Amino acid sequence: MAFSIYDFTSFNQSIDKLLYDSLPPFWALIIEMTIIGVVFLLFYAVVGLFLVYAERKVCAFMQNRVGPNRVGPYGIFQTIADFIKLLMKELIYIKNADKLLFNLAPFIVIIASFMAISAVPFAKGLHAIDFDIGILYVIAVSSLGVVGILLAGWSSNNKYSLIGAMRSGAQIVSYELSVGLSLVTIIILAGTMQFSAIVEGQANGWFIFKGHIPAFIAFVVFLIASTAETNRGPFDLAEAESELTAGFHTEYSGIKFAFFFLAEYMNMFLVASIAATVFLGGWMPFHVSGWGGFNAVMDFIPPLIWYFGKTAFIIFLMMWFKWTFPRLRIDQLLTLEWKYLLPINLVNILVMAFMVLMGWHF
Amino acid sequence: MNSFFQYFADIFNGVKSLLTGMKVTGRYFFSPWEIVTQQYPENRKTLKMYDRFKGEVIMPHTANNEHRCTGCGICETNCPNGSIEIIQDKIDMPDGKKKRIIDKHIYHLSMCTFCGLCIKTCPSDALAWGQEFEHAVFDRTKLTKILNKPGSSILKDISE
Amino acid sequence: MKEVINLPVKNIEEEEYHINMGPQHPSTHGVLRLVVSLQGEIVKSLKPHCGYIHRGIEKMCEKDTYPQIIHLTDRMDYLSAHINNHAVCLLVEKALEVEVPERVKYIRTIVDELNRIASHQLWWCSFGMDMGGLTCFFYGLRDREKILDIFEESFGSRLLHSYYTPGGLMMDIHPDFQKNVKVFIKYFRKKIKDYDDLLSGNVIMQLRTKGVGVISKEDAISFGMTGPTGRGSGFSCDVRKHHPYGVYEKVQFNEIVRTEGDTLARYLNRMDEMRESMNIIEQLIDNIPAGDYTAKMKAVIKLPAGEYFQRVESARGELGVYVVSDGNKTPFRMKFRTPSFSNLSTLDYVSRGCKIADLVAIGASMDYVIPDIDR
Ligand code: SF4
Ligand code: SF4
Repeated sequence: MAFSIYDFTSFNQSIDKLLYDSLPPFWALIIEMTIIGVVFLLFYAVVGLFLVYAERKVCAFMQNRVGPNRVGPYGIFQTIADFIKLLMKELIYIKNADKLLFNLAPFIVIIASFMAISAVPFAKGLHAIDFDIGILYVIAVSSLGVVGILLAGWSSNNKYSLIGAMRSGAQIVSYELSVGLSLVTIIILAGTMQFSAIVEGQANGWFIFKGHIPAFIAFVVFLIASTAETNRGPFDLAEAESELTAGFHTEYSGIKFAFFFLAEYMNMFLVASIAATVFLGGWMPFHVSGWGGFNAVMDFIPPLIWYFGKTAFIIFLMMWFKWTFPRLRIDQLLTLEWKYLLPINLVNILVMAFMVLMGWHF
Repeated sequence: MNSFFQYFADIFNGVKSLLTGMKVTGRYFFSPWEIVTQQYPENRKTLKMYDRFKGEVIMPHTANNEHRCTGCGICETNCPNGSIEIIQDKIDMPDGKKKRIIDKHIYHLSMCTFCGLCIKTCPSDALAWGQEFEHAVFDRTKLTKILNKPGSSILKDISE
Repeated sequence: MKEVINLPVKNIEEEEYHINMGPQHPSTHGVLRLVVSLQGEIVKSLKPHCGYIHRGIEKMCEKDTYPQIIHLTDRMDYLSAHINNHAVCLLVEKALEVEVPERVKYIRTIVDELNRIASHQLWWCSFGMDMGGLTCFFYGLRDREKILDIFEESFGSRLLHSYYTPGGLMMDIHPDFQKNVKVFIKYFRKKIKDYDDLLSGNVIMQLRTKGVGVISKEDAISFGMTGPTGRGSGFSCDVRKHHPYGVYEKVQFNEIVRTEGDTLARYLNRMDEMRESMNIIEQLIDNIPAGDYTAKMKAVIKLPAGEYFQRVESARGELGVYVVSDGNKTPFRMKFRTPSFSNLSTLDYVSRGCKIADLVAIGASMDYVIPDIDR
């Protein structure tokens, strides 16, 4: 069983082979799926806990504070303590709420982000499924989350929740366009929708460098639109705590609230990893064509570190947005999309297509 | 045409103002020495309150357990919310006259608004501000304090 | 056969619904309740319900002697406690025709302006927070802390000082007061640039405030809006300029007036007032004359029978104190004209047709303090 931190293909294949050799194919498939499910669950739990902690520390440092520092050294167990607290909280049932939808909503939100992450490659050969239409799949699945938010707002029987949910609906319907189109820009450049092929295509230079200005513009647009899609930062209108107290999750308590809370961070992780994969080369090390020695040093750093480093960088950017900017108003939010991002995006695609046609990229 | 340029000028100025804002938060993020948080229970040892700090009203006593209060009751009348109750006592002086002394100077910390009128108006400067600020207790009755210590007496030069 | 009942069909587009903002709501800054009737996101009308923190301060004052009233006025507009106290002290001094020492006037003016800066800093915090920029909150509080430290060193407390007494001051300023104030001004002149970079110039903030919640000068006057809020509508109403008290005649300062009347004008007015206050302090801080810190007052203060009125410029606007005395040591009737109350009365008028987010922004720009409304 060859194990290497640079290439997981053989490692995964050997597990696959082992299972299929010793079990009937049906059970082997079931076990494989279970393993992947458990791995993702654990991964998400760790990522969620870590991101909540990171967000608190980042915002604390931006605000001249020290942030959580009581539970464990530097407060690293703070989120675990909070999680336990949330587990023990009472689940309050709302009178006249639509029970089924009310209970279903948090799961939909979580599941949507779960489904999307499965297509993302973490390192060479380390991804759950490698669709040929990976990007399309991710765009389609990640927008399911809004259904959960809409249901939560509707079923809570609370006007604040409803306003929040409606805002969220309008917001995601609009920004989904920009997310899609900015990814299309890169698809044109890469010529494929498969994540693994996109990453391989960046072996001799990340797309953000390869695609010159159009790729950079697409990156910025994607960053803005995906921040909006995750209901974060200056676009957190759906929860806008100074206007709607807590927006769509006003009536949720305990662990159901924790689901929404975690889903926000997981969505953030998801869009950050897509941005890292599509624009910044995913797990691909930083290469400059012609610099053999430099490239060798870069190759020495394991792809997982590259991947998480890039994702962390984008997550940091999104946190930086959130803790700097005031919130937009709903009509300005839509103006930003329809008047600025969308036209820019469309022109950008044209430019990119023209560039690819003329072969003006690296 | 003008509005066309205006469109791009808007984008440019907007992005510039956003970056200016990000510069501020980014600068503080990378300058942890500007952190202002005081870590309260840990810094208890070094925490020093200003000497004028109004923590509570106290009655300073000398080493011989003597205070300066004559029991005149002026602080009681001046207190705007009845936080002070004076219980007087009479003792027989050697020359046969009766003399008023303080029996109990009762101070309700829970009602005090720290206006300072009692301290300001006391004719014999018997009261002062204490710097104690950790007043949280589980039982409200603990906030009712008797300021003159048991067995204390009035300073000689005040009583004359 | 069943008969078809024709229910009256309501046009859903025109249907209004009501939400209660408050008494527990993050952006009402306390226990104010706004019953907002909405159509979609648009505010159709709005009804403020005050009184959740009514403590009957005016009535309580009727049983208190004049020195005792001070500690109650602290608790009206707790963010400009000194300035409230100043009003009562000035009124008593005017009624008794007491001339307070020059030193007292200087110190009071400086402390008032410091208090104004502290109050505006907190307003900036909460304005930023209402707009959704939480970082503002911490920057504002960080800088306000410096003023509170100066206050604590000299007056012993951070929020409710009860520092002025009729005729003078409780005690003299701390020996380090002047030094620390100068250090603070130097510090804050640097930090206020951060405020501008972070919020004032920000494109989102500009978009959300420019042209939002416009009040014309006529409306501002008829609603009795004062302070930076009224001056944002071009109503020149600075009591410090028009009816000077303290040593305001001796200092050079500008009355900040803007004519736009929108949320941004009110915002910028307060930012400029902070700078102007620093100018005032800088002119005075080195020239505090030596002398007594209180005038000679009788032990029991009795105002001659009659009516008295005194106004000062608090951080929120014009604060008026009206006293009817029957010659006793307690007032017969006491009435405060508090700025927040008048400013709040415009909220319904201004916010009609705005969005919920605008309502929050307008409310934040009015800077009302709920105990000041309810008293
Ligand atoms: S503390 Fe002072 S004012 Fe109060 S009873 Fe004693 S002597 Fe009189
Ligand atoms: S400080 Fe004021 S409220 Fe407190 S006991 Fe003294 S007079 Fe009463």
